[in-house]
Amino acid sequence: MAWLVVRLAISVSLLYTASAVFEDQVGKFDWRQQFIGKVRFALFDTHSQASKKLLVATDKNVFASLNSRTGDLFWRHVDKTGPEGHIDALLMYGQDAVVVVGNGRLLRSWETTVGGLKWETVLDTGSFQAAALVGVQDLVKYVAVLKKSAISLHDLSSGSQIWVENLPDSDSVQYQTIYSGGNGLLFVLGVVPNSHIVIVEYKIEDGEIMNKKSVEAAWMSSLESSCAVISSGILLCVDQITQSLYTLSLQSAEQTEMRQIHLQTLDLEVASGFRPVLTSTQPNPAQPPLSEFFLQLSPDHHILLQFKDGLIAPLRDFSPSYLAAFATSGERTVAAVMSPKNDTACSINLFSADTGRRHLDTTVIYHMDPNGGKPNRLYVHAFLKKDDSVGYRVMVQTEDLTLTFLQQPGRVVWMREEALADVVTMEMVDLPFTGTQAELEGEFGKKAAIQDGLLPMVLKRLSSQFILLQAWLAHLWKLFYDARQPRSSVKNEVTIDILSRDEFNLQKMMLMVTASGKLFGIDSKSGTILWKQYLENIQPNSVFKLIVQRTTAHFPHPPQCTLLIKHKDTGLGSLYVFNPIFGKKSQISVPALPRPVLQTLLLPVIDQDYAKVLLLIDDQYKVTAFPSTKNVLQQLQDTASSIFFYLVDSSQGKLSGFRLRKDLSTELIWEVVIPTEVQKIVAVKGKRANEHVHSQGRVMGDRSVLYKYLNPNLLAVITESTDTHQERSFVGIFLIDGVTGRIVHEAVQRKARGPVHFVHSENWVVYVYWNSKFRRNEFSVLELFEGAELYNSTVFSSLDRPHAPQVLQQSYIFPAPINTLEATLTEKGITSRHLLVGLPSGNILSLPKMFLDPRRPELVSEQSREENLIPYAPEMPIREEWFINYNQTVSSVRGIYTAPSGLESTCLVVAYGLDIYQTRVFPSKQFDVLKDDYDYILISSVLFGLFFATMISKRLAEVKLLNRAWR
Amino acid sequence: MATIRILSLILAVLSSITLLWTQSGECNNGRRSEDAVDTDFSGFSVPLEHSFEVDDVPRFHLRGVLQFRGGREHGVYLSQNQLSEKDRITLKDVAAVDGLYRIRVPRVSLQVDRQTERQSEGYLTTFVRACSLVESHLSDVITLHTDVSGCVVGISIVTIPGSCRGIEVEDEVDLEVFNTTISVVAPVTAPVPETAPYIERMEQEMEKKGKNPQEQKSFFAKYWYLILGGAVFLMATSSAQTPPGGVREQS
Repeated sequence: MAWLVVRLAISVSLLYTASAVFEDQVGKFDWRQQFIGKVRFALFDTHSQASKKLLVATDKNVFASLNSRTGDLFWRHVDKTGPEGHIDALLMYGQDAVVVVGNGRLLRSWETTVGGLKWETVLDTGSFQAAALVGVQDLVKYVAVLKKSAISLHDLSSGSQIWVENLPDSDSVQYQTIYSGGNGLLFVLGVVPNSHIVIVEYKIEDGEIMNKKSVEAAWMSSLESSCAVISSGILLCVDQITQSLYTLSLQSAEQTEMRQIHLQTLDLEVASGFRPVLTSTQPNPAQPPLSEFFLQLSPDHHILLQFKDGLIAPLRDFSPSYLAAFATSGERTVAAVMSPKNDTACSINLFSADTGRRHLDTTVIYHMDPNGGKPNRLYVHAFLKKDDSVGYRVMVQTEDLTLTFLQQPGRVVWMREEALADVVTMEMVDLPFTGTQAELEGEFGKKAAIQDGLLPMVLKRLSSQFILLQAWLAHLWKLFYDARQPRSSVKNEVTIDILSRDEFNLQKMMLMVTASGKLFGIDSKSGTILWKQYLENIQPNSVFKLIVQRTTAHFPHPPQCTLLIKHKDTGLGSLYVFNPIFGKKSQISVPALPRPVLQTLLLPVIDQDYAKVLLLIDDQYKVTAFPSTKNVLQQLQDTASSIFFYLVDSSQGKLSGFRLRKDLSTELIWEVVIPTEVQKIVAVKGKRANEHVHSQGRVMGDRSVLYKYLNPNLLAVITESTDTHQERSFVGIFLIDGVTGRIVHEAVQRKARGPVHFVHSENWVVYVYWNSKFRRNEFSVLELFEGAELYNSTVFSSLDRPHAPQVLQQSYIFPAPINTLEATLTEKGITSRHLLVGLPSGNILSLPKMFLDPRRPELVSEQSREENLIPYAPEMPIREEWFINYNQTVSSVRGIYTAPSGLESTCLVVAYGLDIYQTRVFPSKQFDVLKDDYDYILISSVLFGLFFATMISKRLAEVKLLNRAWR
Repeated sequence: MATIRILSLILAVLSSITLLWTQSGECNNGRRSEDAVDTDFSGFSVPLEHSFEVDDVPRFHLRGVLQFRGGREHGVYLSQNQLSEKDRITLKDVAAVDGLYRIRVPRVSLQVDRQTERQSEGYLTTFVRACSLVESHLSDVITLHTDVSGCVVGISIVTIPGSCRGIEVEDEVDLEVFNTTISVVAPVTAPVPETAPYIERMEQEMEKKGKNPQEQKSFFAKYWYLILGGAVFLMATSSAQTPPGGVREQS
């Protein structure tokens, strides 16, 4: 008996061991793209002339080094998500990069060539304010970290703490910046808002307070945003209300108040409502900063000023100018200024910082993407050329998080689309047919057949067949031509024009909506970005809803997608309708949505142009239809009584059902209230609309059938208890019919806690929770069956299913935490299902649904063996070969999208997080495709051999017969 | 005939089909055993209202009274009135236009120790097609769902059979008395991974393996006949082959 169990287990496990990819399949149908996110700090390695390193720290808690020649990653470190891994500051000196992480929790030093950690120090608690490199006698030896109430000095080579001092009066004074000019002193600057500035002077050797003074500054609210240190220790501040600059010498003891310089005396004026910005530069931390600085007076007005002998003189006025930045190479400091050239381009010019004179032949033209955002950050890399003139390259970051690296005279060296580091939602759309295929399709169009007679139809058919033949010959010729070329020179460039559906519909268009409001159309085969569109005035990080209203199947009507977006200022929803293949905005008039949209519903009802009807329900329960032609409204009136929708109000724990009335108003028909004092609704999921279930039931061991409860209107509602005590916390699962509001099943997982990830498909729900008692992740599966007989086998109606389904449930231990969960999806639903589990390690596990089957028996019987049920084991296995992305890990994976392909065996998978990974999975292996290494030569030679053998033996037999007849 | 009418009237008033609802252990939290004694008086009742209108604007009126009994064996009883002549006609009219028959109960908590906070605001509503109620001769199943704390979160109604086929119903006999099955359903506790029985089973198997004398035998003890047979076969073949070689050597 036991032996049988073991044998069965082995045979089942063997069934799946071959699901991993082979070495030669790597990269054949999968690709990965790595991203970094929105750049917050970027530093060029100016240590040596030939250096290609560009160090960046981003809002995704990524610290990385980019190759400035190609834009590729040299290395990348992804820290913990959330504030714990937030990068507060990035400083670079020589080969070392010093990073402050997690609101001043850790101080780290990285070796920039290979990205190795040199040292790490845990800092004292306290919220981080500022960090700076400190030099003594032309040598940078220390790094100073300013916290809310303390300042500490660390050795740059070892990280050891030299000294730490508490700041005086830290509960009333807000210390914000530090400054050191290389003369053995460290200044800590603090402010009491609208009162005075506090300057504390520390001795670098031992942290002794040398001097402390406070200076009246009643107009100042924040030091950080309005002040800068220039020249040899001169604090320079700007105030927008008094329209003046203030200077104060940090070191001199006699100056006890700030000197006011009215901007009027310099013939300058701050634009109303604009907060002026000062930009200074300190090329070497061991030396005082330059006496030149930028003052930004309005969004497109910068001015370069110089401080000399207590006086401020303008060097050059840049109007209009968008961005300005300093850069230093060797001993020379330059200023780069970006100014608009015309509507679509900007020019960047280089000026010498000390005189404001323009360098000749330094113009770089930056072409703005008409579908992109405005530039908002400029990073300049200056270097000395052989003839001792200054050359430079610039990196421009735009609002839509595009990084563009430019070289003189305007050549784009590389581009990175960092918006893709934060994909919110995505869809996959079939590619259109080629022109010839479409022609053939169009021939069967209804209109054509009616208009034309028999003969024109025949002629038409012949001509289109001829076109097909031509296309095929051209294709053959191209194949032959490409085969003669060396492999490396054949470029597989993908453009929109040559995109067409392949034989098995494996290549699709990926539509990705990102948090910054940029849309992307990406070719799923190669990962090439085919189009992009930045939507301005969008509330960032809001929920987007992407709906495919018309697929590519309705030639000549173009496919149509609709994105529901939220406006930045008004918060109202609006519809953005576009063609998913070309990314063009559609000319269709969209309905105005004067009220916030609560729910959307895509109906199977189509208008005369084959677009599915989208219903939008606003907060007064009024329904707007899109498209709202007469035809659609007529259809809606006819079917109104069978259109139901549900709303979820998790703040009140209320689920309510509505029915559409003929006049497009709605009526409340059911209500379920889950008291929020006990539990709160965390997620509601229905089933995917494009899901097919091939088999109505399961054949049992005794040859009877157990029918599945396939309710398309079923909603899975997950709740979490408000009580978080580990003994009393629970996770609730409600299965509610979305039409009648009937609670089909209600279960409670005790001693459990979220976050809950779940998949709802076919007749099952799989969810993952944290067991707070045993401190482990657990999987639970619920399956619903109608029983041995179907109530009504022809059609399912929620209104006519009086019997409650049988519910089976089983739980398993999962030995890893989980980031996200999704199920595979195939064309007809014949292929067995797998669950795709995104793990925090970046791997994606393809777990056969077979392991998550509540009918797995405790004891093996003849019948369960007949059914191929695996005996119950409480722990779910994780096998390395089940990782579909082998070593191509997806950092902080947040979502997995699955789409069916034209092949029943194949499911397309896209995993997105910080990275994007696309691959294909074959849950039941490739049963409908010949293998890659299929031996065509052998099989054809055998066939030919047999053929010739029969021919020859036939001939021989004839000769023999003839000979015998003669005898 | 009259006696039958009276009998049916009495039946109607008393018609209350009860399904006992055994409360799970968690719901009894904080309740002492003495409570079980005075259960009959700790019970409470809430109205069950229904609405069926031709113009489909809900106007609820009393259908019956739900009586909850506290104690060890929680039960719910429904005592409901007979449909009046006017109601019967309206119901048939509503069924003819495929209208809805709605019911609602106020949100209540079934926990006796929460009586004070029992009456929360709002109602729980649900519906069934009026035609299916008519065609099933007013036989319906009403289920009240509670959450872990014993608070009613949802109500559902189904008729048996649930379909609408357009069968004519004689109003006098079939549409007077509700034939209702009512029950209260508490959430079931979802299973946790069953490690203990699995380990036990594994141990049993190990034990069985240990006890089985055949499994304990050594390799030679088990397969001596195969080894012997093999050895004999080898010897036989080698002895058959050696003579020719020997002969050649000799010659």
